[in-house]
Amino acid sequence: MKRSTIDIWVGVFVAAGFAGLLFLALKVGNLASFSTAQTYQVQAKFANIGGLKVRAPIKSAGVVVGRVSNVTFDNESYEAIVSFNIDAQYKFPRDTSAKILTSGLLGEQYVGLEAGGDGVMLKEGDRLRLTQSAVVLENLISQFLFNKAAEGKDSKDGK
Amino acid sequence: MPSWLSVAERTPSAGLRQWLEGLGHAVTSKIWRLGFAARFFGAVLLHSGTAFRRFGLTIREIYFAGVQSMIIILVSGLFVGMVLGLQGYDTLQRYGSGEALGVLVALSLVRELGPVVAGLLFASRAGSAITAEIGLMKATEQIAAMEMMAVDPIARVVAPRFWAGVISMPLLAALFSAMGIFGGYLIGVQLIGVDEGAFWSQMQASVDVRQDVLNGVIKSLVFGVAVTWIAVFEGYDAPPTAEGVSGATTRTVVTSSLAILALDFMLTALMFTGGSAK
Repeated sequence: MKRSTIDIWVGVFVAAGFAGLLFLALKVGNLASFSTAQTYQVQAKFANIGGLKVRAPIKSAGVVVGRVSNVTFDNESYEAIVSFNIDAQYKFPRDTSAKILTSGLLGEQYVGLEAGGDGVMLKEGDRLRLTQSAVVLENLISQFLFNKAAEGKDSKDGK
Repeated sequence: MPSWLSVAERTPSAGLRQWLEGLGHAVTSKIWRLGFAARFFGAVLLHSGTAFRRFGLTIREIYFAGVQSMIIILVSGLFVGMVLGLQGYDTLQRYGSGEALGVLVALSLVRELGPVVAGLLFASRAGSAITAEIGLMKATEQIAAMEMMAVDPIARVVAPRFWAGVISMPLLAALFSAMGIFGGYLIGVQLIGVDEGAFWSQMQASVDVRQDVLNGVIKSLVFGVAVTWIAVFEGYDAPPTAEGVSGATTRTVVTSSLAILALDFMLTALMFTGGSAK
């Protein structure tokens, strides 16, 4: 086979291979949404974070505004400290509250932010005061069963 | 020789002695061969200068190892992706999460199936060809003739094939994964009717470029080195007979397939466990 034909085919092969890699990186992965933009870090304490993981999204009104950067345990208050990076273009008031929510019934957990009314905006290193922990399914079920049992007793007493 | 060794023929332990001798010989020759393979690997790396200075040689081998494997890789990737789409949807919809099909298809292809299946196909398609070619060159004394003409056969014959395999393998694995995801998309979105937006956005939300895609590329690179190393070594080491070459070709496919599976287990254990991300 002629040298130039081989060169063309190898060129096609290498181009196709790199196109495949690019497809995996951009369309399948999330390279495109990697922002090199400035972020500021904010912390919040939660009594229970459930299944929240590093790199989980921070959403406000359903829009992703940042990602969880670190999760640690506070030895003094026995609570979880969640640090998150918020994109610098999104500003929130200082009395913003954070909740741990679940997308769908059994989906991934994320942090939801609800803006407050304070005139002072959050800045690097601030801590959110108002937080609401993750809903743990087991606690919910045991509470439900407990209520049911109490109800049953009441109706029996009424008879 | 000590006296207790020389009287072996009159004692009933002669059979045992022979058996031990055979065992020792088998173990020594295995270890010797392993050492030879390691030194051969070093020699290939040392003599790779020509493979890059005269890159035309390597390009020719990329054509034989990579371009000619493309059809089988693309077709298998498409079908593996389509089967994943069918089977994955069947299982996921029992839990009411058919939209997660994209995540299932993409993660299983990018992390595991892409590198491993492409590696196995590459070993049987290109690895066996490399072994047979080098083995036949040796059997027809072309390698010896090169040495006579002061041409280094490792630099001229082995190194270009080795580097061609190492370059081709990650590209083939990427093509396999991309084609598989396209197959999963065809079945999931076009045939079954999973929502297209959910398919792609859930996939993008859970496939991490560094954690998943890059680790898959690293895996396929490791498999490329292992498969082509085994292939060129078996070819170079093959007994110069028709039987020897056929035996070496078989050994290439068997050894490199086992090597891929063993390496895959080790790499998965290193890459995907213990990290804080899923």
